[in-house]
Amino acid sequence: MKKQKRRKHYSVGAMIWIFIKYASLIFFSFVAVIPIVSCVTTAFKTEAEYQSTNVMTLPESWFNFSNFIEAFQRANMGRAFLNSVIVMVCVLAGSVIIGTQLAYVLNRFQFPGNGLIRNLFLFASLLPGVAMQVTVYQIMCDLHFVNHLYGYIIMMMGTDVISIYIFIQYMENIPVSLDESAIIDGASYFKIYWKIMLPLLKPAIVTACILKGVGVYNEYYAANLYLNKKELKTMAISLYTFTGPLGNQYNLICAGVIISLLPALIVFVLCQKQIYSGITAGAVKG
Amino acid sequence: MTAVSAKQETAHGKKKGLLKWLKSRKGQQTLIILAFMIIPLTLLFVFTYLPFGEMVKFSFYKMKYSTPPEKRVFVGLSNYIQVFQDKEIFASLKLSLYYMAGSIIQLALALYLATILSFKTKGGNLFKGLMFFPYLISGIAIGFIFKYFYTRGFVFDTILGWCGFNLENLPYWLKDQSINNWSLVATSVWRYFGNNMVLFIGAIMSVDSEMYEAAELDGANKFQQFIHIILPSIKTIVTLNVILSITGALSAFEQPYVITDGANGTATYFINMNRIAHTNQKVGLASAMAVVLLMIIFACTILQKLFFKYIYRNADQQDEVMTKEERKRRKELQRKKKQAAKAGKEELA
Repeated sequence: MKKQKRRKHYSVGAMIWIFIKYASLIFFSFVAVIPIVSCVTTAFKTEAEYQSTNVMTLPESWFNFSNFIEAFQRANMGRAFLNSVIVMVCVLAGSVIIGTQLAYVLNRFQFPGNGLIRNLFLFASLLPGVAMQVTVYQIMCDLHFVNHLYGYIIMMMGTDVISIYIFIQYMENIPVSLDESAIIDGASYFKIYWKIMLPLLKPAIVTACILKGVGVYNEYYAANLYLNKKELKTMAISLYTFTGPLGNQYNLICAGVIISLLPALIVFVLCQKQIYSGITAGAVKG
Repeated sequence: MTAVSAKQETAHGKKKGLLKWLKSRKGQQTLIILAFMIIPLTLLFVFTYLPFGEMVKFSFYKMKYSTPPEKRVFVGLSNYIQVFQDKEIFASLKLSLYYMAGSIIQLALALYLATILSFKTKGGNLFKGLMFFPYLISGIAIGFIFKYFYTRGFVFDTILGWCGFNLENLPYWLKDQSINNWSLVATSVWRYFGNNMVLFIGAIMSVDSEMYEAAELDGANKFQQFIHIILPSIKTIVTLNVILSITGALSAFEQPYVITDGANGTATYFINMNRIAHTNQKVGLASAMAVVLLMIIFACTILQKLFFKYIYRNADQQDEVMTKEERKRRKELQRKKKQAAKAGKEELA
């Protein structure tokens, strides 16, 4: 009997802990999703329904896609999505090639200036982007890069420090003896990079791509500065269509917002693990 | 004899070959280093260091973007003086205090949730995903979501209404100057706490799980496990994030930019700088503002580096006394356990 009592005592403490644990998890998950959920419900409401009902009531029909269609057309999101895809593919391909090559050279060769170059990149990561755009804008103008997709793409490729660090970190774990045996077999350095390093770096490349991809897809400040033509808008800035006269039609705006975050949601559901490991890897650079 | 000379010969030949081999390899090395570095370094120079230099230069001039170089007026330090004298600009630096407070809350929250999730939890991955997802939404979309969320009588007011608040007593979340900065900070916390949480989970997971089992056997409760095992092992990443949050708060930009556009006293330093540069076209003044803030950020970073050096110096020493400390900790745990057992017995009696 004594024993029973003690066990019971213990389980009360444990139960309180479990209660607190799940209560806080549920509460904060709720906090995290409620703004998004409210958007989703609103996006399914018709104009009249939106005017007459409270924002938190559920829509009459979950199959009312008219807002989505209208938002898609008004903001020219088909084109915007295409632009986003072009920008992403080019930027990712470019920065993977540049980044892995740079990491290869910095990691495998000792040469004067190696440390200096690392520091230059590290220092660059300290400069806040918004502040730099004050003068980058001038340079973009001088290079005639404004209002051209390629200009924006080249600019986005240039400012990447985190993925270089991910590559270098990963490369440190690839044994140098692999390089050496390849050299004995008569391989050139480029061949070593192309045939050995690049395939082995695959996980790091996936991580870096996801991290960078999310950043590029969501980038709106520079895109708004440098892609100021209707047909050049990316997904993120196509949402600007809804400012001004459309600023109060939240059923339309919410539909636009939902469309714009769908790709991110899909990628997130598919590659959760890589995203988490990317976040963790990107943070250790300091 | 002949054998020896043959040996010598091959050794000699090898040496010569080695030299030759080295030479060609060295040449190849230089070639590949140059080939692989020219593009990244050009990009780095054009989009980071050139603008940085220009920024410093522009900060001494009175000019617009469209002003041709020969018509720019050199004004010395007057832009800098203006930065420090303009009340609006300087007051906006104070707003960063809100964001600092916000990021401290955010880190504490993230640490708490990360600790919870690092223990066995049903549906842990789902919770983690839900809380992390806001980080993946674009800034613009967040702007719209929260404009909607905070509008009078809309989402937030409705939820508070369910909780028993009267709409008439609620402030205008984005207009009322006593609260609107907190509303924006809350948005920032909403967006980033999941990200920090994932970071901390990563750090906690890297702790050897045997440590927890041992602690559990020793009778340590969850709180003790947190203080004695988790906290020491993620100390570095937490401090790093605290320091990062200071520089982050100084350069707070996104939330006010997309939600209020800096209206009603929510204009942070960068919001003002952005307006001065691109709307008012006072490029010189904006550059001076940027340089001033960069100086502050550098100062913070240098302090951070010194701080870490200090920590690591201590860490080296700690290694030697680690066993002692460990023993102490074990003893303390045992003592507590005994006390607890005693207390339990007394209770029973």
